[in-house]
Amino acid sequence: MSADSNPPKDRTDEPSAPAKSAAGTELIRFDKVTKRFGGHTVLDSLDFTVSSGKHVTLIGPSGSGKTTILRLLMTLLTPDEGTIRVGGEYLTHEEKGGKLVPAGEKHTREIRKKIGMVFQQFNLFPNMKVLRNITEAPVHVLGMSKDAAEERARDLLELVGLTEHLDKYPTQLSGGQQQRVAIARALAMRPQVLLLDEVTSALDPELVAGVLDVLRDIAHTTDITMLCVTHEMNFARDISDDVLMFDAGRVIESGAPEKIFSEPEQERTREFLSAVL
Amino acid sequence: MNNWSWSYVGEIMPDILRGLWITVQATFYGSLVSFALGLVWALALRAPSRWVTWPVSIFVEFVRNTPLLVQLFFLFFVLPGWGLTFAPLTTGVIGLGLHYSTYTSEVYRAGIDGVPPGQWEAATALSLPRRRIWIAVILPQAFRRVVPALGNYVIAMFKDTPLLAGITVADMLFQANSISATTFDYLEPITVVGVLFVVISYPTSLLLRALERRLVR
Repeated sequence: MSADSNPPKDRTDEPSAPAKSAAGTELIRFDKVTKRFGGHTVLDSLDFTVSSGKHVTLIGPSGSGKTTILRLLMTLLTPDEGTIRVGGEYLTHEEKGGKLVPAGEKHTREIRKKIGMVFQQFNLFPNMKVLRNITEAPVHVLGMSKDAAEERARDLLELVGLTEHLDKYPTQLSGGQQQRVAIARALAMRPQVLLLDEVTSALDPELVAGVLDVLRDIAHTTDITMLCVTHEMNFARDISDDVLMFDAGRVIESGAPEKIFSEPEQERTREFLSAVL
Repeated sequence: MNNWSWSYVGEIMPDILRGLWITVQATFYGSLVSFALGLVWALALRAPSRWVTWPVSIFVEFVRNTPLLVQLFFLFFVLPGWGLTFAPLTTGVIGLGLHYSTYTSEVYRAGIDGVPPGQWEAATALSLPRRRIWIAVILPQAFRRVVPALGNYVIAMFKDTPLLAGITVADMLFQANSISATTFDYLEPITVVGVLFVVISYPTSLLLRALERRLVR
C-alpha cells in the first residue's frame, strides 16, 4: 500500500472522497481504474476510497460510470487498467514475486465474499422458493448447515418484513417484495460491503418506499458499508455519509450530502441536481 | 385391388403390437440417450478450451449432416468388423440416441442461452462455485424451457424408428413387412402401421402443447 499513496498526478485538486471523513479504516480503494467498452471510456483512471462502515452514494447522469464501479467491485467486469483493493487485498490481482498478476478464480472468490450486491432487476432464482434463495449461498459457499442457514434466513426475512412469504416462489411476489428478498439474500452472506445498484428503478412507484425503509433500517442499525447508485435523492440524503458526483467517468465533486445537495460547487452538479430533484 | 379384410387385421394385430412394443422401447431408450448425450455436447461446446470445443463441434456437425440410415448401417455392419457387436435393438437405440443428440444439444444450447444474464450475475455475486451455478441455478431454468422442444424430437424419433427395420430390429414396420412377405397382402399390415403411428404421435403432440403452455408461464 506504500508505492501508490502518492497523489494522482493530473488531478491534484480533486477531492479524495470519503477518506477525509475520519472514522473507519479504508475498505475499498480504486487506483487509476480505467474501463472501456469498445472505443468508449466509461471510467477514466478513477481513484477513490471508501472507509469501513460508511454509506456512500454515487450520483450522476446515466452513462457516467456509476453502475460500472459496482460491477467492477462485484467482479462482473474486470478493469482494463488499474487496481481495486478490498480490505487491503487486491480483488482481481495477486502479488507474485513482487509483481502484480491477474488473480486466479479462487483468490478473487475469497475477496469477493466480502461483497454483496442487490440488483436493479432483483435477479432472484425463480426455480427456488424464497427461503432457499436466501440459504443457497450460505450453505454452499460458507458451508453453513441447512438448519443454521434457515434460521438466519428467517431472521433476515423478519428484518425485511416477509416472514409469511418464505414458502413462495419469487414470481408469486410483487417487485417490492422480491427486492426485499434480494436484500435478505445478499445480507445472508454477511458481507462487509453491500452494493445497491439502482435497486428501486424497476419498481412501481408505490412499492419504492417499502424497499427504501428496509435499507434505511439496515443503514442505521448495522455497521455494514454501503455503496449505492440511486436516483432517489431523498434516500441518498437520508442514509449517505458521502455523496460522489460522477461525470464522464470521473468524480467531479464529493462531500457530505447536505453540502452536495444544498450548495454544490460544480456547475455540472448543479445542472444534474436541478434536473433530478 | 384386394378388399379390406377386418379378420385379416385381427390375425396380424398381435404381431404388429409386438412390433409396436419394440418401437416404443427404441424410442424411449433412444430419447434417454439423446437427452443425456445432447447435454454433454451442449456443455462441452461451452468449454473454455478449443481442444474440447473443436472436436466436439466437428463430431456433432458430422453426425447431424449424415443420414440416420447410413449411421445405423455403419453401427450395424461396420463396427462388428472392428470387434464391436451389439444386438440390433441396442444398435438402434445407440444410433437414434446419437443422431438425435446432435439436435437436442441445440435445444439445450438455446435453453441455456435463454436464462437471463442476471441469473449468472446474481449467482456470481453470491460467490457460488461454477459447478453449483450450473446445477442449482442455470440448468433447472434451462430444462423448463427445453421440455417442449425435446418432446418434439421424441415424436420425430418415434417416426424415424421404422428405419431400424433396415438393421433387423423387429419393429412395427419389420413385422408388417414379414407378414406381407408371406401373405402377399400389403394393404392391411402397412395401413395398420401407419394408423398406429398417427394414433400415438398426434395425441402426444397435443399433450406436449398443453405441457408447453403450463411450463412457459
